[in-house]
Amino acid sequence: MNYNWDWSVFFKSTGVGSETYLDWYISGLGWTIGISIVAWIIALILGSVLGVMRTVPNRIVSTIATVYVETFRNVPLLVQLFIWYFLVPDLLPDNLQEWYKQDLNPTTSAFLSVVVCLGLFTAARVCEQVRTGIQALPRGQESAARAMGFKLPQIYWNVLLPQAYRIIIPPLTSEFLNVFKNSSVASLIGLMELLAQTKQTAEFSANLFEAFTLATLIYFTLNMSLMLFMRLIEKKVAVPGLISVGGK
Amino acid sequence: MRIVPHILGAAIAAAVLIGTPVSAAELTGTLKKINDSGTITLGHRDSSIPFSYIADASGKPVGYSHDIQLAIVEAIKKDLNKPDLNVKYNLVTSQTRIPLVQNGTVDVECGSTTNNAERAQQVDFSVGIFEIGTRLLSKKDSEYKDFDNLKGKNVVTTAGTTSERIIKAMNADKQMGMNVISAKDHGESFQMLESGRAVAFMMDDALLAGEMAKAKKPTDWAVTGTPQSYEIYGCMVRKDDPAFKKAVDDAIVGLYKSGEINKIYDKWFTQPIPPKGLNLMFPMSDELKALIANPTDKPAPDKKA
Repeated sequence: MNYNWDWSVFFKSTGVGSETYLDWYISGLGWTIGISIVAWIIALILGSVLGVMRTVPNRIVSTIATVYVETFRNVPLLVQLFIWYFLVPDLLPDNLQEWYKQDLNPTTSAFLSVVVCLGLFTAARVCEQVRTGIQALPRGQESAARAMGFKLPQIYWNVLLPQAYRIIIPPLTSEFLNVFKNSSVASLIGLMELLAQTKQTAEFSANLFEAFTLATLIYFTLNMSLMLFMRLIEKKVAVPGLISVGGK
Repeated sequence: MRIVPHILGAAIAAAVLIGTPVSAAELTGTLKKINDSGTITLGHRDSSIPFSYIADASGKPVGYSHDIQLAIVEAIKKDLNKPDLNVKYNLVTSQTRIPLVQNGTVDVECGSTTNNAERAQQVDFSVGIFEIGTRLLSKKDSEYKDFDNLKGKNVVTTAGTTSERIIKAMNADKQMGMNVISAKDHGESFQMLESGRAVAFMMDDALLAGEMAKAKKPTDWAVTGTPQSYEIYGCMVRKDDPAFKKAVDDAIVGLYKSGEINKIYDKWFTQPIPPKGLNLMFPMSDELKALIANPTDKPAPDKKA
């Protein structure tokens, strides 16, 4: 193929200020990490609450959680993002809308839309993990706790959740990595995260393959290190004899 | 069972012999490929109004650049003496257009691709087919009439365009404190403008006219501001294929010499265009007139207004 390879492109000037293309990648990586961490915190907290709600012996509460999961899991992420970014601000009262659209920095408003969107979307998935974790525990755990006089919140906090979280660390890790990969949707509403910077580099330099190769390597390295980190945590919190860890 | 490969080999040899006219021996590169396969693949866009876009359910492109592309096809039919040349369409985006030309999927791309030095490293450009100035679109009754009025304001442009680079550089050089939003395509950029997220939209003036024509109330908007750069659009062909580039160039220059180009221009810029029957009312600029009088395949000179 008639392609002009040039790996030194990353050190060339972008023509914007004194920045090189590599600076763009670094700033993009910062945004990717920022979006993902904030969205993950939202997802973990909300997902845990919803996961508990799905398992409590109360029809109304568990139905609410089920409806939430089905809604957020069955609508494409990109559609949800456009709803949060384009539609929701238009529902605000006029003066608030004016402030949100005009006075608030557009990067901030895009960031808010993305973390809320990604957080709520991932929460539905975390919820299912938490639910399966709780349901995987032997029934006797709950019965024994009840017999000892624990109240429902105590049963969850002291008996069920500590065990359930340990079981679901591997699938949670995979959701955590998904958040990082899904954060790339932010590039479609003008937030200059890693993928947006990659596309911009590809367009400006016309060195498309180099640009996307570097992005692939960055995403891969980032996710690999997160995976290793989570495996470390899994080993650290393992209770000997409770469940097998790391396939042992 | 040894007989099968022999028959197959003979059949292939026969097919090659029959399928290749004697004159084709001199053909090389893309012309040879088109001649041998009987097919030319055209790269087109889906929303570069009025250059190359899809206006109806057929999925076939229409537009100013597309009409030029069809003239190129006609010329190649004549050159190769293949009146029944098969035309294949391949939709490209701003990200895929260069690789698809390079790897041979697309033979010639005509859309709204600016001829610049970076791209010329990867592909060859035909003689210019259009010249634009990068300007602003804003509300007619607003105070945002030129770039100086935009200090500290939200300005939208489309990601991956030369406008994006120019406005970001301007923002850095002049410390204007603008918030530059990079939307993913022209349609979305205009949505940001229309919904009030940005006070102005910087882009190629002809494309701004196209977006304006799509607005709920086109008369509310105006293309304004001093052009920050002039850019020449060209058709892209594979690099180092002088025979094919010459065929493409000759076809385009032919349109210029015969005056046919004026008809094509009027059809897309001063008359109602599909799908909504809107008129862009965008008369031919002096820059484009000069380009037609003196066709060039070089990027526009770096003249800042």
